[in-house]
Amino acid sequence: MAFHPGTCLLTQTELLDLSFMEHRAQLLAVAAFLDRLDRAKGASAEEDFRLRAFREALEVLTSDEPGRVKRAQMLLSDQNLELLDLRDSQSAFGASRRSAVEPNAEVEQ
Amino acid sequence: MNYIDMHAHMISRTTDDYHRMALTGCLAVTEPAFWSGRDRLGPQAFADYFDHLTTFEPARAAQYGIAHYTWLCLNPKEGEDRELARQVLALIPDFLERPNVLGIGEIGLNRVTRNELATFHDHVELALEHGQLIHIHTPHLEDKYKGTRVMVEALASDPRIDPGRVMIDHAEEHTVEMILDHGFWTGLTLYPRTKASPARAIDMIEMHGPGRIVVASACDWGPSDALAVPEFVLEARRRGHDDALIERIVLDNPAQFLGQSSKFIPVKPGRAKVAAD
Repeated sequence: MAFHPGTCLLTQTELLDLSFMEHRAQLLAVAAFLDRLDRAKGASAEEDFRLRAFREALEVLTSDEPGRVKRAQMLLSDQNLELLDLRDSQSAFGASRRSAVEPNAEVEQ
Repeated sequence: MNYIDMHAHMISRTTDDYHRMALTGCLAVTEPAFWSGRDRLGPQAFADYFDHLTTFEPARAAQYGIAHYTWLCLNPKEGEDRELARQVLALIPDFLERPNVLGIGEIGLNRVTRNELATFHDHVELALEHGQLIHIHTPHLEDKYKGTRVMVEALASDPRIDPGRVMIDHAEEHTVEMILDHGFWTGLTLYPRTKASPARAIDMIEMHGPGRIVVASACDWGPSDALAVPEFVLEARRRGHDDALIERIVLDNPAQFLGQSSKFIPVKPGRAKVAAD
């Protein structure tokens, strides 16, 4: 995973000074969302494809390896490159319910 | 700082937005054809829409000194209906000569179906036949990676395509490299929820450089911000970038890409030369 060291012009301390409060709020929003799910009436979504992808992406966020956003994006992406025969819905869901049969398969034209 | 918003669905915005965009330095917008929130009932709806984009909208923008350009097509969200697509594609050539039309867009894929891909190829053929620039939409969420990859591979395998005349928009961290590596222009659209933020757009520019990258508000009727480009400028300054770099992204790069169309008139403050003239 490309690291691109030194491409951000600010020091780590300057970045914290600039945007720690904003990201602190975002972190707490995610924590509250997870707590809210626990408190929800009926634990009906534990196997929901969106929640599974969300929990996997959270693990990426806590890793020390760079490239977290790209890896999280891929966990939230449909990596099954087969074309759909027909449109299943107009809107997307944010995570994929399809299994990635061959994540790097070539696309047939 | 003066800027060009490369992607703004102004038909869905109020005149107040033109006012605020002018106040914050907007010199020109380019408006790709889009999905109106429901599938249209027939081709005549598109004829009315294209007429609006080429008459009323440039006149409304001109009141604020903003030049208005547009791209015409059947949006990817309506690409599934092949019969409708054929009827709409037949309408487009009659509008291509209008003075604010820069090309074909935003074409692309939505749920990445066989029919959508066929409609995408039809639009590309139309653009090639008429020597038009191409503006491409990539899907918003879980479909973005595969949709981008399908289109990049399709275009890259066609020797008739000059990637320097193609803009692939809505790029994010997992697609920007594949777009740039194939020589296309790439757009980073700034949205409050579903797409890249100003901070993430700057991250990508820091990592991949400023070449062939533009940013845009992509504002439409959904949660979006017509002032997303000035927000990007502010965030870039806070991150320590100088005005030369920022101006390259928000003004020079768009002008370079759009300047490949003879209809694009280099823009200067207060001198918007528009189709309504």
